[in-house]
Amino acid sequence: MSDKPRIATVSLCGCFGCHMSLLDIDERILDLVGLVTFDRTPLTDIKRLGDCDLGLIEGGVANAENVEVLREFRRRCKVLVAFGACAVNGGVPAMRNQFRLADCLRESYCDGIGVHNPGIPNDPEIPLLLNQVHPVHEVVEIDHFLPGCPPSADAIWTFLNELLEGKPIRLPYDQLHYD
Amino acid sequence: MSKTFRLDGREIPFEAGQTIMDAVLAAGGYIPHLCHNPEFAPHGSCRVCLVAIGGRQVSACTAPASEGLEVESDSEAIQATRRAILQMLFVEGNHVCPACEKSGACQLQAVAYYTGMLAPHFTHFFPHRSVDASHPDFIIDFNRCILCELCVRASRDQDGKRVFAISGRGLDSHLAIDSPSGRLGDSSFAAGDKAAHVCPTGAILPKHRGYETPIGARLYDREPISVVGDVRAHEEEVA
Ligand code: SF4
Ligand code: SF4
Ligand code: FES
Repeated sequence: MSDKPRIATVSLCGCFGCHMSLLDIDERILDLVGLVTFDRTPLTDIKRLGDCDLGLIEGGVANAENVEVLREFRRRCKVLVAFGACAVNGGVPAMRNQFRLADCLRESYCDGIGVHNPGIPNDPEIPLLLNQVHPVHEVVEIDHFLPGCPPSADAIWTFLNELLEGKPIRLPYDQLHYD
Repeated sequence: MSKTFRLDGREIPFEAGQTIMDAVLAAGGYIPHLCHNPEFAPHGSCRVCLVAIGGRQVSACTAPASEGLEVESDSEAIQATRRAILQMLFVEGNHVCPACEKSGACQLQAVAYYTGMLAPHFTHFFPHRSVDASHPDFIIDFNRCILCELCVRASRDQDGKRVFAISGRGLDSHLAIDSPSGRLGDSSFAAGDKAAHVCPTGAILPKHRGYETPIGARLYDREPISVVGDVRAHEEEVA
């Protein structure tokens, strides 16, 4: 067993943009791999979450599966981070909160422009949508927040380094963005 | 010899009748503010200009300057209170900065950056509010209105029109438009009005120019509002 910190990441109701931005740290990813061990993340394709030191949550909470995965991350990770705008405040997907869920589904699958074979999907494999999209801190306790849509690679780098070194997190001005 | 008080230890000169905010801005200093605009009578409603004087918290935009005051503004305790106020402003409306044309040149966002706000902390209200695009030159997105009443004051005091008012009480307070239909397009509002150019958020926006200034080159993208100053001082560049 290596004693490097274990990191897990996941994208809930997000667009994977925050994960793309994590990859944008370019060759620094080699340093990161030297510093940490990756557990479940879309980058490793490990499906089952183990006990971790750090969990990064991209995306808000939009369906029943998101709730389950988020709670599992909270149980397994010592430190949990809302990673990016959608995790922090629901982001663009939460714009559907202005409408009733039934109206969203009808517009997407029945009445919308260009819909063929209208009908709302109801396969039991498909997680049920929540009435509203929620930021992750409204469902579990969150230890740190990293805003940005997505957070820039430099912001992610600053954040991870300070966190791993146990320092207080101070983003330079040009790395703190809500957009 | 003019009289002085101290802001975080720095000597600030003032003249009789000036508020703490007036004197600090005139001396090239900064205290965050949203409902304050030196062209209008102080309003004292947003509370982000909060400072401490001898352990008592007051709003700098309404508190008169006086000789020998020790004013604390840049301390962590004061910044934490301001953050909490801003967090309440954020969750009370719908602020989706990545989808907002004003992002990067928005005073609400810039003040939140200045205080180091990372997340809205509270439970979001996700209120149902509308967008009014009935006017040919401007839109109003009520999701982003923080009820600072700058448009109300500008329309009443400078344009002589009273296009805007705050209606309702408590949580029901909202911006109302004086026209038969309640829509902006049916009011006497015009692009040249002062009221079209004072909103500190993306609630009142000109049409057709949303992305003229690219993200990354906007007013507060590189330097904080404490250095750059208010949106109003840069109208030509960012309108
Ligand atoms: S008005 Fe400002 S704070 Fe609100 S969404 Fe637009 S940029 Fe963000
Ligand atoms: S529309 Fe803008 S200027 Fe008018 S009250 Fe709302 S935030 Fe203030
Ligand atoms: S700026 Fe002083 S209360 Fe709003």
